[in-house]
Amino acid sequence: MSAEPQVVADLVAGSATAVCRVEEIPPGEGRAFAVAGEQVAVFRLRTGVLRAVSAVCPHRGGPIADGQTDAQVVVCPLHAHVFDLATGACRTGQPPLRTFPVAEADGWVLVGGG
Amino acid sequence: MATRSGAGRQRLVVVGNGMAGARTVEEVLARGGAERFDITVYGEEPYGNYNRILLSHVLQGVDDEADIFLNTVAWYAENGIDLRSGVRVQRIDPFGKVVVDGAGGTQPYDRLVIATGSVPFVPDIAHLRDPRRGFHQAVFTFRTLDDTRRMVAYARDHERAVVIGGGLLGLEAAAGLASHGMRVTVVHGPGHLMNAQLDEAAGRILRRSIEALGIEVECGARTTAVRGREQIEGIELRDGRFLPCDMVVLAAGIRPSTEIAEMSGLTVERGIVVDDQMRVPESDDVFAVGECVQHRGETYGLVAPIWEQAKVIADVLTGADPHAAYHGTRTATKLKVAGVDVASMGVVAPERDTDEHVVLSEPRRGVHRSVVIRDGRLIGATLLGDVGRAAFLQGAFERGTALPEERLSLLLDLGGPPAEVSVAELDDHATVCTCNGVSKGAICGAVTGGCRTVGSVMDATRAGKGCGSCKGLVAQVVEWAAGGAVEEDPSASWYVPGIPLTKAELVEQIRARRLLSVSSVFAALAPEGADDARSKMALTSLLRVVWPHDHVDERDARFVNDRVHANIQRDGTFSVVPQMKGGVTTPEQLRTIADVADRYHVPLVKVTGGQRIDLLGVPKEDLPKVWRDLGMPSGYAYGKSFRTVKTCVGTDFCRFGLGDSTQLGIDLESRYQGLESPAKMKLAVSGCPRNCAESLVKDVGVVAVGEGRWDVLVGGAAGAHIRQGDVLATVDSPEEVVRLAGRFMQYYRENAGWLERTYTFVPRVGIERLRALLVEDGEGLAAGLDERMQEAVDAYVDPWQEGAAPVEPGQFRTALPLTPLPQVPVR
Repeated sequence: MSAEPQVVADLVAGSATAVCRVEEIPPGEGRAFAVAGEQVAVFRLRTGVLRAVSAVCPHRGGPIADGQTDAQVVVCPLHAHVFDLATGACRTGQPPLRTFPVAEADGWVLVGGG
Repeated sequence: MATRSGAGRQRLVVVGNGMAGARTVEEVLARGGAERFDITVYGEEPYGNYNRILLSHVLQGVDDEADIFLNTVAWYAENGIDLRSGVRVQRIDPFGKVVVDGAGGTQPYDRLVIATGSVPFVPDIAHLRDPRRGFHQAVFTFRTLDDTRRMVAYARDHERAVVIGGGLLGLEAAAGLASHGMRVTVVHGPGHLMNAQLDEAAGRILRRSIEALGIEVECGARTTAVRGREQIEGIELRDGRFLPCDMVVLAAGIRPSTEIAEMSGLTVERGIVVDDQMRVPESDDVFAVGECVQHRGETYGLVAPIWEQAKVIADVLTGADPHAAYHGTRTATKLKVAGVDVASMGVVAPERDTDEHVVLSEPRRGVHRSVVIRDGRLIGATLLGDVGRAAFLQGAFERGTALPEERLSLLLDLGGPPAEVSVAELDDHATVCTCNGVSKGAICGAVTGGCRTVGSVMDATRAGKGCGSCKGLVAQVVEWAAGGAVEEDPSASWYVPGIPLTKAELVEQIRARRLLSVSSVFAALAPEGADDARSKMALTSLLRVVWPHDHVDERDARFVNDRVHANIQRDGTFSVVPQMKGGVTTPEQLRTIADVADRYHVPLVKVTGGQRIDLLGVPKEDLPKVWRDLGMPSGYAYGKSFRTVKTCVGTDFCRFGLGDSTQLGIDLESRYQGLESPAKMKLAVSGCPRNCAESLVKDVGVVAVGEGRWDVLVGGAAGAHIRQGDVLATVDSPEEVVRLAGRFMQYYRENAGWLERTYTFVPRVGIERLRALLVEDGEGLAAGLDERMQEAVDAYVDPWQEGAAPVEPGQFRTALPLTPLPQVPVR
């Protein structure tokens, strides 16, 4: 993951948050965390890749962490708007989700930004 | 946004908030008009701005009201526009430069745009109006959202409608009312339907297509009077006939709405007269746009010319192009009327002896194509039933390009220029989707922006999401723009978008390769083994049908409702419905439910349509405790599954009961509880033909008909659409009801498309075929169906037991950690 060195560096600098152990996010699912006052949905994709985006759907406030995923996208559970997990861009005409750097270190999931 | 005013700012007032007025405002804003103008918009209707073309979809129930709004009231506020909705303007003083509203208020302007649209044309028919109240209460026009709402409400409890007018609007109204189960007759004055767009031969073919929908058609018929005082009894025709009906819809065309202009002393002929800059002759500061105007002697009732006019006004007003001019539009239109494709441009029929006229008419297929050519140029074309050539012909019509010597090739795909050529020749600003005003350039932009399938382009631009008639052209533009890099659109025949197989092929592969998990299905069958988020829920359900015991559960492949066994609500909380078989409960259960509702501060306790009690607004993290304290099994109100069996009180207490419907309902629910299926299944059992449990409109409905016999009906619905179920069989015992209902449900589970309700599935397969397969067992399927259903029944486990031992970490963890819950207001 390209973001990883930066996030680990941020952690050293004290600006990333360890939100949970990797195994606490089941494969393909997401869990939501509060990171520096932001609501962040963190996904562990079936490919093993971690992704982090804002947890609230810009359309009607749906819980993005409850959405279904594949290698590219997450689908909001309320009205099925589709967001690219890497860029946050919406493929169904809504404003984008914000993305956050995310990485694994020593079995912890680290989220940067905030 | 704060209101800005001061030096240099001008007051722009727009009278009329329909599609023309609002579009003009959008075009002004797009040219930086917010910096230059304080904008005030008057709208007679108490709403934002909506797509009037789609009212027919609302009437048919295929679109919700919310789907057709173009600009909400909030949009006006966000753009600093003073929207005066529900305010009627009385007149304009072009010398004093003020607008006077109906309440006597005045609003000064520097620049004014009149966009009053049109009004329904009301033919001269006796007794249409009640002298005290305006129109007779059963007489409707079809112009506004309120008109549409009133028609839907009235159609619910009335049976026969007459629609006066057989043009586009009238046919759409007729199809809409027919979809509500009304018997509809279209009464049309001219000799053939849609006479403004079609020649007589095409009109006759359209008539057959309309009659095939069950709509009666009377052409060449003048309505002279409406009969009936409180309720309508029918209408009288000039030839002396009387057509009984209890509802009349006036759809005999529209006329420019010019009353305000006339009151204001502006020049009005057929419409408000404007010049090429859309200005009225009396004042340089007053413009008019849309259906209310008359430009070079023409009035327009289509959106394409209106979009062009709006741009010209915006260019002139903002100074973006002070010399912008509108030169009229050669109207070419492509639309779907009552499900039939129609494209029409230019003249309908030859006008001079030397005009060439090529006609290809196939009444049996409902297809008619004709072109009119003058001096080697296409001056008119009519396509009905098959509009595949519309894009090419439109190009030739608008650009006046040279035509092939073999004129017939204009109408056939053989020999004519291939479709891509005409798409390539379309201008970037040419409108492809007229309903949503999407240009070829916008579609190309979406492709450049990364959309690679027709579906994703339609999602991104809303092109093709109006009447749907332009979908073919949208697909051609996408293919052309992607230069061959377009990906196959998920075909309508696939069961899920991520795997290119029909349901039968998919099931065969799953069985043959013994694919037990969703990820193994993707790995084996998806292109490049790629998983697809939008396919997962359907595959999870299908695997549970194919492998009741052996499927391997992958929680991420479940929709959130099926992960936490409750129904997600708009604020991210859940609703909990405990099982209450047949709608029968006990004092203890009610006490328990009341205690749980108190203990967890449940904001809303509601009795559902399926005779259950719903606890709404439960946070995800409370679900396990709520289930534990309820101590009742799941009522399955959240799944694409067997939901509920509604019952009446049957024989124990009812004076009329012919069969023990309550017990039969409980038996059905005990046996088939929780079965996953392509879409939800709602059942009912009634103890006599009074049908207190509404068995006639259920996915499976059962009715006691006396002497121990029961009717089993399938494919009923009473939601957005109403359909009475078809009688599958009349059987002699409750046991046979249970067996036959199970056999039908298993056949449906194995053969229906994803999310295809029984009310679509049953008519698609045909009730005769279902009887032959399931009742008469003509192909020897019954034993296998019964056996596989038994296997599914044996595999049932109450999912709420997972509350005590969650199957995965964080299963009940909140997904909106900082949001105070609930957000839905508490009653």
